[in-house]
Parts: sequence; structure tokens; C-alpha cells
Amino acid sequence: MTSSPAIRVRGVVKRYGATEVLTGIDLDAPRGEVTCLLGPSGSGKSTLLRCIAFLEETSDGLIEIDGEPLGYGPGSNGGRVRLPPASIRAVRSNIGMCFQQFNLWPHMTALGNVSEALVTVRKFSRGEAEARAMAELEKVGLAKRATHYPSELSGGQQQRVAIARALALEPKIMLFDEPTSSLDPELTGEVLNVMRRLAETGMTMVVVTHEIGFAASVGSKIVFLDHGKILVEGSPTQVFGKPRHARIDQFLDTYLDRGAAGLL
Amino acid sequence: MSFDLGLLRTYGVEILVAFGVTFLIWIAASALGMIGGFAVAVARRWGPAWVAWPLRAFVEVIRGTPFLVQIFLLYYGGPFIGLSLDAVPAGLLGLTIYGSAYYSELFRTGFDAIPKGHLEAADCVGFSRVQMIRRIIVPEMTMLVLPAMVNMTILMLKETAILSIISVPELTLEVSSIGSAHYAFVESFTILALAYWALVELCGWAGRLAESRLSRYRFAHS
Ligand SMILES: Nc1ncnc2c1ncn2[C@@H]1O[C@H](COP(=O)(O)OP(=O)(O)OP(=O)(O)O)[C@@H](O)[C@H]1O
Ligand SMILES: [Mg+2]
Repeated sequence: MTSSPAIRVRGVVKRYGATEVLTGIDLDAPRGEVTCLLGPSGSGKSTLLRCIAFLEETSDGLIEIDGEPLGYGPGSNGGRVRLPPASIRAVRSNIGMCFQQFNLWPHMTALGNVSEALVTVRKFSRGEAEARAMAELEKVGLAKRATHYPSELSGGQQQRVAIARALALEPKIMLFDEPTSSLDPELTGEVLNVMRRLAETGMTMVVVTHEIGFAASVGSKIVFLDHGKILVEGSPTQVFGKPRHARIDQFLDTYLDRGAAGLL
Repeated sequence: MSFDLGLLRTYGVEILVAFGVTFLIWIAASALGMIGGFAVAVARRWGPAWVAWPLRAFVEVIRGTPFLVQIFLLYYGGPFIGLSLDAVPAGLLGLTIYGSAYYSELFRTGFDAIPKGHLEAADCVGFSRVQMIRRIIVPEMTMLVLPAMVNMTILMLKETAILSIISVPELTLEVSSIGSAHYAFVESFTILALAYWALVELCGWAGRLAESRLSRYRFAHS
């Protein structure tokens, strides 16, 4: 099993009605490394990430998490078969997800947000759950804000609580969908720092981001999507270095800030 | 004919009892209506189509006809389908049904107003449907629809007056009959107005108390 990638995506297609948003994606996310998904708006980055989180059903193709099929397994006649809910739940429990909009539950404190699933889903006692949650908040530097409600936290703090909430369940893989896109540059930094430290602990991460600097410095694999297809993939040097794909040049012109330019 | 509140002295006990009847029917029908309305809203949202469709029709019919007509049909028409109820149970049942339809619509709009991402976050950490409803949807919906719930509950109070036409011994029936027996219409309706107003104030106060307790949770973003 150790030879399989953390995430293996094969021939994944996603259609909304007649429009094909993902047109046959093949992708491996290596274990213990950071894979960054880049691409213009509407290229299908979120859709792909959401399919991996099983928030969206794929229309075709297979996804494996740690060698285990997610949602669908290979069928007898080349097709695919739907797996039972228990299998889906088990495989999904390896995955943590962070959203652009944080999505903290507004009626719970930071501590409540982080400990909730430990109690409800993992059946910890309230005390054990809160101790674990406190430790996670500590790691993202928010132990002092444990009793604050989301409305009493800055965007950056909310996103760090959301990261702690996902990490409390000890996932093997963390997915991030533009975790800093709704944050000021100042707050972006504090969230990226948390993610950088998480990467250093050897967490497998897949990150959709427009932060080219972060992708180039922390990502070990860059995947560039365009119109629902993978256009280029490789190490940051392969993807960003010269000579580079004209489409990427164009993209960098749009998104690259001066600070990141020095990194490339 | 002078304004004489001596009625209160003579009929104090009777009026108090009628006040109690109104209060109890109101509270019971509102509570049961909320429970029924919640069940209807959940079933319409997450239940199978063969459940959702009849419930939709139920809500449309109740919202599309006056409560006066409904309670009349239930009380006087009920026996024809083997449902012979005394005035008080009929009134309570009628008002509960009426409330369920309205509360269910309110809860439905509440469900729709919860940001989809909050539910996706719960889905991602492994909540089952029931856990999600209990831990996320109900509390979030409650704070979104609380003001509308207070409003609806006040309307429920006013609808209890309609129960006088099927002779439920509630405030309106009792006080107005005392009034007509003594030709003291202004006095009796003043008493009525004050009594209902006191209950409305009570409801508003309870609502504000609940709101202030929930206000810390107000949405923080987008
Ligand atoms: N629920 C949906 N129904 C129909 N079309 C959808 C739906 N969700 C996404 N799409 C379409 O799928 C395409 C890819 O969307 P997606 O959100 O994955 O893009 P993205 O790369 O994440 O873009 P962005 O950088 O703006 O977040 C878009 O054209 C979008 O309009
Ligand atoms: Mg997106």
C-alpha cells in the first residue's frame, strides 16, 4: 500500500447537465507532499477538489484515497460500481477540508467548532474532545481565542480555527480551496504560515490557490488546470521555469505579484 | 352610561379562568404547531417525493383558507367523517394544524437561508443527516427565523379569539358575553384589548430575551 499515492484520480469526468466541467482528469497527489492546483477562474479547480472530498459526485472515473476506492469501485465490464455508504464514510474520514469562506458554525465557539465532531461523530467525551480541541487551537496559535464565537474573530483567525477543526480529526490528507482568497494580505500571511508548518510535519496537502509564491515555495507539485483539463504538471521549476507554456505566462501575468516574482 | 370597570370585580374569577383558557390553548397550539411545522418542513426538504407532495398540498390549503372556515369545518364537519370533538380539543387541534402550516413555511425559508458551506463543513467531518439537523441546522435556523417566529406566535394568539365561534370558553367569548349581558360593550372590549395586549407583550419580551441570548452568534462573514 505504501507505493500508492495518497490520492489517485483516474479519468474523472464531471458534468453539470450538458457542460463538461472536468473532462477526464488523471492526477496523483504524492504522500507527504503539497500539491497545488492552479488555473484561471472557472477552470474546474474547486470542482476537482470537491470531487476528491466527495462533496460532489463524479460523473465518471475513479478516485482512490490511500489505495482505497472513494465512492465508486471498478465494475466488472469496465464500468464502475457505487460503494456502500459505510465504505464512503470510512474513506472520507481520512480527508480534511478547508473552504474559502471558512464555514465555521456561527452558534459555536472556536472550541465548540473544533470539538464538535469529536463528540458527535467520534464519540469522545466532552472533556476529552475539548482537551484535544484545545491542543489543536494551540497549534494554530488560537488557544487564547477558544471561547470566542466566529463573529468575534478576524477572517484569518476563523480560517485557522477551520484548519484546527479539520486537523482535530487526524486526517491523512488536507484539502484547501482558496483558503486565503477572502483575506487581507496581512491575514493571508498568518494562514499561509500555519499551512507551511503543517506541510513541514509531512501532511499530504492539496491546495487550490492563487498565491503563486506559496505554491512555488511550499508546493512540490504544481498542477495547472484549464477548461477542465490538466494543461501542465510538474515541479515548480518545471512549471514556472523558462521556457514555459504560453498559457502559464498569461496566467502569471494576471496573478503574479511582485513579491513572488523574485522566487521564480 | 359611564365607563365602569366594576365588571372586573363582579366577574374577576370568570375572566381570569377565560384568560387562562386562552393562554393555555395559545401556548399549547403554538408549541405543537412548531413541532408539527418542523416535522412538515423536514419531511418536505429531506423526505421522499410521495411525502413531500401531499405536505405541500396541505400547506397550500391551510394557507389558502381563513382560519374561521377551517375551524368551522373541523368542528361541525368533523362528525361526518367520524371526528366528533368537544369544543376545546377541536379548537386546540384546529389551531395546531393551522400553526403547523405557517411554522413549516417559516422553517423552510430558514433552512434555505443557512449558508450551504456550513452544511458541507459538517458533511466533511462526518456528520450523519440526523446529526447535521440536530447540531447545525436547528440552531442556525432558529436564530435566523426567531423574529418571524415571534410574529407568527403573536398571530396565533389573535387567532384564539376565532375559537369563540365554536364556543370554546376563552377570553373573547366569555368577556363579550358578560359585556352584552350588562350592556357594557366598551368596558368589556377594553378589558379584552388589555388582556390580549398583555399576552402579546409577554411574547415579545420572551422573543427579545431569546434573541439577546442568541445575538452573539450572529453571522461573522459573507
Ligand atoms: N453547481 C454547478 N452547476 C453548474 N455549473 C457549475 C456548478 N458548479 C460549478 N459549475 C461550473 O463549473 C466550472 C468550473 O467551476 P469551478 O468552481 O470548479 O472553477 P474554479 O476553477 O474553482 O474557479 P474559481 O477560481 O473562480 O474558483 C465553471 O464554469 C462553473 O460555472
Ligand atoms: Mg474555485
